[in-house]
Amino acid sequence: MTVSAKPMRSRLDPEPISRRDWLGLTSLWAMSAALLFGIIGMMRLPKAAVLSSPSKKFRVALPDTLAAGDAFVPPGRSVAIFRDAAGVHAISTTCTHLGCVVKPGPNGFECPCHGSRFATDGSVTKGPAPRALPWLKVSVSGSVVTVDEGTTIAAGTKSFDS
Amino acid sequence: MDAATTERRSALGDFVQNLKAAPGRMYASAFRSGAPTTDRTRSTFVFGNVFLHLHSVRTHRWSLRWTTTFGLGIMSASAFLITLVTGVMVMFYYKPSPDVAYQSIKDIHFVVPTGRLIRNIHRWAGNVMVVAVILHLARAFYTSAYRRPREYNWLVGIMLLVVTLGLSFTGYLLPWDQLAYWAITIGANIAQSPREITDALGITTWFDPGGFQRLLLLGSDVVGPEALIRFYLLHVMILPLGLAALAAVHFWRIRKDGGIVRPEDADQRLALEPASRTYPVFTEAPAKTYSLAAIVRGRTPAVGRGPENTVPSMPHLFYAELGVMMLTLLVSVALSLLSDAPLKEIANAAVPENPAKAPWYFLGLQEMVSFSAFMGGVGIPAIVLIGLALIPYLDREISGTGEWFGGPGGWSLVKRSAVVGVVTPMLIEAFAIRFGWLREWFPHIPQLVVTAVNPATLLTAVYAAYSVWCIRRHSSARAGALGLFTCFLGGFLVLTIIGTYFRGPNWMFYWSPSDWPTH
Repeated sequence: MTVSAKPMRSRLDPEPISRRDWLGLTSLWAMSAALLFGIIGMMRLPKAAVLSSPSKKFRVALPDTLAAGDAFVPPGRSVAIFRDAAGVHAISTTCTHLGCVVKPGPNGFECPCHGSRFATDGSVTKGPAPRALPWLKVSVSGSVVTVDEGTTIAAGTKSFDS
Repeated sequence: MDAATTERRSALGDFVQNLKAAPGRMYASAFRSGAPTTDRTRSTFVFGNVFLHLHSVRTHRWSLRWTTTFGLGIMSASAFLITLVTGVMVMFYYKPSPDVAYQSIKDIHFVVPTGRLIRNIHRWAGNVMVVAVILHLARAFYTSAYRRPREYNWLVGIMLLVVTLGLSFTGYLLPWDQLAYWAITIGANIAQSPREITDALGITTWFDPGGFQRLLLLGSDVVGPEALIRFYLLHVMILPLGLAALAAVHFWRIRKDGGIVRPEDADQRLALEPASRTYPVFTEAPAKTYSLAAIVRGRTPAVGRGPENTVPSMPHLFYAELGVMMLTLLVSVALSLLSDAPLKEIANAAVPENPAKAPWYFLGLQEMVSFSAFMGGVGIPAIVLIGLALIPYLDREISGTGEWFGGPGGWSLVKRSAVVGVVTPMLIEAFAIRFGWLREWFPHIPQLVVTAVNPATLLTAVYAAYSVWCIRRHSSARAGALGLFTCFLGGFLVLTIIGTYFRGPNWMFYWSPSDWPTH
């Protein structure tokens, strides 16, 4: 075959490259790919596989004097527990905005950090919080309740001693 | 016999001679060029020294005028050096573990000799660095120093700004006091705030970049020992190394891009140098001929005309740099003597600080975050950074380069924009503080609407519209950039002042801290 005087090459019929160039380019790309995959593999290290957080389940005895509508906050936990005639329910007191601890009061919850307000059922009434405070799974046995901070349930679900 | 004695004595004599001469020869071998008294030795002083040779041998007189730069770049770099030295000293005693971090800071503050002063200097130099970096950014912008061929160095500067703020933020967290703990909590949740969008769309279960970022930052799902060690690693290793690498590129590029920006007619506008300040140029024949060692972009000052408007960098530039460095040190030390770095009570996961305030330069962000976590903490900062990065690629004009407030509109445009930039956020804030916002009027409004329409996004939209108006009115992209950047500075100032002085417990508006409720 003779090479035409005007080589009009297309993408399907590209300019031929020399073996040396091809080997050089291939090894360069192979090296980059190997390094890239190595780096991607190393990136797995900082993503913790085991979380060192304390157990999310805890048991606590409610005080006998706890009146309906009053919140009981177990020491060291960000949970408010309420008891009334319909049963017991627990609402997380971690603000859904940026994670500050909200303060329960007679009219609901207030966040000290950015001024979010929540109604007594946890729904947002004011401020930047994007979601309602979640209700947490509770099981009751006498005056002792077990709260699972890791499991949220539908708002309005109250538990009682079965 | 005789000859051998003579030989031995003379070898010993040589030894003694050499021993006597050793200190002088050591000095001469280290500093080979001798005192910088002639034009040639002034040059070798610069390029014969690894630490100085990033400078050019001669500096244009325009670059040395105080009003050209106000020394802000050198001030930023000096503040970084001060934090580097004092930071290493504080590391002798600091222990990055929640049980002992607070105690070790207390030790540094109350027990360690000079510990309090060193910690104060570290803290104040960090603050000086943030201020100097922001002012340096403004200087580079207002003198159009980002224009060709300096576009890339502007980008490196933006990256340096981000790393500087990251260094300050991670440092804020290490004492593990109440301030630190709640700043980590808020910062980590801002990293998680893309959930505001993914939750509203209901796709968080499958696609959760926010949760991933938070996990990466904290190394756990709670703020604890893992989080502290990560912030420590960022503060003492990753970010300083990154900053040093970026700063090296930044300095190198200043030189390669033809020095500090100056107007086209700078040479004509400079008065002639008085004879007492001129130096003999090329008084002796060069011992060696030089070829152009590197291709430098832009106009080389010495080609085609005499080097009449340059002066030797040694002493003119170096003494000015040393002066700025000493001034930075003086300011940092003086502030450290006047005011101690804060240390609140030990971190308590059950009781947030009320109000929980970030460092002052993040209070503008916190003010925006108090309307929408995602927009204030991620969305708008990203828009601002992308906007800053695009400036040199959108403004391709040449008029006014190197002039303060140069370009169409000029100083009067900047004054008008400053008014717009300051008044708009005040009006929007006054409205939101007086009447509340969407969530209070329509409690069941979808979160996406609040995310999209809130005082922070509204402010951004007004600024953008004003900038477009500036572009049309002056038919110049530079005018739009002048308007937008000035607005941005004004907004930053107003939001920071509101967040710092007018927000109290529960992030409520108070005219004065003396009105805060006491309980």
